[in-house]
Amino acid sequence: MTTLATNDSKSDMSGLIQARLVEFVRLARDNDFQVGVAEEVDAQRVAASCGIMNSQRLRWGLRALLCSEQQDWARFDELFDAYWLPGNVKSHYQPMPSAAMQSELNGKTNVQNSAQSSIAAADTPGHGDGSDAADDGAREGASAGENLATMDFQQMTETSQMRAMERLVESLARFMRRRAIRRYRSGKQGRRIHLRATLRNSLRFGGTPLNLVFRARRKRQPRLILIVDVSRSMSMYSYLFLRFARGLLNVFSDASAFAYHTRLVPISETLRHSDLFRVRSSLAMISQGWSGGTRIGECLGSFNDDYARLLNSRSIVIVISDGLDTGEPEDLTRQLGLIKARCRKLIWLNPLLGRQGYEPKTRSMLAALPLIDLFAPAHNLQSLKNLESELIAL
Amino acid sequence: MREDNAVNDMQEKLVNAGYIAERSLSSTLLLFTELQRPLLLEGDAGVGKTEIARVLSQVFACPLIRLQCYEGLDVNSAVYEWNYQHQLLAIKLLEQDHVSAQNAEQQIFSEQYLLQRPLLQAITQQQSPVLLIDEIDRADEEFEAYLLELLSDFQVSVPEIGTIPATSRPYVILTSNGTRELSDALRRRCLYHYVEYPEFDKELRIVNARIPDIGPQLARQVVAFVQELRKLDLRKKPGIAETLDWAAALLRLDVNTLDSDVQTIMDSLVCLLKTREDSYNLGELEVQRLMAKAV
Repeated sequence: MTTLATNDSKSDMSGLIQARLVEFVRLARDNDFQVGVAEEVDAQRVAASCGIMNSQRLRWGLRALLCSEQQDWARFDELFDAYWLPGNVKSHYQPMPSAAMQSELNGKTNVQNSAQSSIAAADTPGHGDGSDAADDGAREGASAGENLATMDFQQMTETSQMRAMERLVESLARFMRRRAIRRYRSGKQGRRIHLRATLRNSLRFGGTPLNLVFRARRKRQPRLILIVDVSRSMSMYSYLFLRFARGLLNVFSDASAFAYHTRLVPISETLRHSDLFRVRSSLAMISQGWSGGTRIGECLGSFNDDYARLLNSRSIVIVISDGLDTGEPEDLTRQLGLIKARCRKLIWLNPLLGRQGYEPKTRSMLAALPLIDLFAPAHNLQSLKNLESELIAL
Repeated sequence: MREDNAVNDMQEKLVNAGYIAERSLSSTLLLFTELQRPLLLEGDAGVGKTEIARVLSQVFACPLIRLQCYEGLDVNSAVYEWNYQHQLLAIKLLEQDHVSAQNAEQQIFSEQYLLQRPLLQAITQQQSPVLLIDEIDRADEEFEAYLLELLSDFQVSVPEIGTIPATSRPYVILTSNGTRELSDALRRRCLYHYVEYPEFDKELRIVNARIPDIGPQLARQVVAFVQELRKLDLRKKPGIAETLDWAAALLRLDVNTLDSDVQTIMDSLVCLLKTREDSYNLGELEVQRLMAKAV
């Protein structure tokens, strides 16, 4: 690029502009904008149509072309200014805009690497382990981050990894629905004609089956109830579980979520809100938790008092907690017993269970174990994925 | 300067069709017509995303074809469907005429018996129509994938007849409310514009244009009130449609200025607040504060 910049006066102006445009598109790509080669070509058409001298129109045009979601929209101007406006030499611009403000130069290579790795992960869906993609080819979300799948949530420190994980967790939740519904739909799509009823109906048309009668579907989705522990000891996990809960809520028509620490709070409404920004900030607030000891038994008690009507023969209750409790174990068993008696299946997910050498030895956990249908780890994506079969088998 | 004129032209055409757009939106729309890429519009409910498509069809003087997406939308209701009843009747008639089975089959699987649904309709027009795919986020991923294929090839294949190529390329507008995240592939293929809530001036112009009877004073107050209201933490912020509803309601109630009767104003707020929580949270004091600010 420097060579181009030095011969600009002699070389063909339009060639230079073309190169600058291509470079800008690539810069956008390095900054996590979803753009490809087609956009490099179209950027030239945009420039031709908007006129390179009209910076405002060029800005609007390129913004429409290169942005693909609201976050892009918000940070496009910064990128555009940094690249096109005089006084900002390109090398001063850091690949990640947020990082640029924190560290000037020393963090550059580090940040660049992480940006590239996240791009690489995003650009090669289905690249990891081909075996699980083979069965229906619809696992793009999960297999794109195969390396992320087995990583403990706790070990994730970088924001880019965190973002990728958030997305994966949500798309996993969405995928679960697809599975569940596919079964549910196969009745509808395979829509068998109900021959007997059809023939009967056709009698008045002289035997011509004008009105077809179909066989109705039977399968219903399970009702999901998620109860997420957001106490201090869970703080490394709770944010991700809340995102997971959001994914499930968005796709299971009949699901509700609660968070608890010292008391129980219904969070379905907050999570269902369509504005991702608002959800994010309120999730961050919820997942910070409140001070004071965790009282699982008491919280489940208030669930039983106020929300027991949610429980029926097709509800699956999922408790996500590490089982560290300051309340009385007897209280916990009593409340769990009440829930267990009224629901189809009681699942307890414990993120600590995935750690090597962990055994559920706390008094509460031991007391709860006999009542639980499924006691499973939930420390990485893989473990969440394994849940799917449990949700479908109903 | 020439380009500026083009944008001004566009803006003017939009105004004539009854839509008041910022320059940035006009510029995007101009580009949209030139590049022939689909345009993805996002933004809160009630900011006029769907309206853009309607207005564009007026500007281009072409038909508007609308596909409302919903969960479980399938090829039969989006692309094409055979007219079974007609086919059955035709079989009966052909039987009487002793037509051979092969001929009969050819006849009943001809375009005559094909019901065109919006997507097929959109690519078989004489003149390029505006195709509005509303709330694409409500359809499921399978449909999104199919749509991607259609938008790149512009042809539909019907197994019984073969491929139907496009006779015209529609101007495709997609809108989304963010019920679920759209796939990157679809986002990448589209131009993108985020439609914001209008600024004070723009909203005032809209109110004046749509409700000419409203006096300048009330219009100004109404818009100021709504603008302030949007800054509060509401579950469902009022869109432009709500502003217009409210202004019309106030006219009906013979309110000439917002500083008159608090109770009347409170009663009319049903036009703006659409959830129980919001109307519960917004007490009389808060409304009075907003009114004082607006006046």
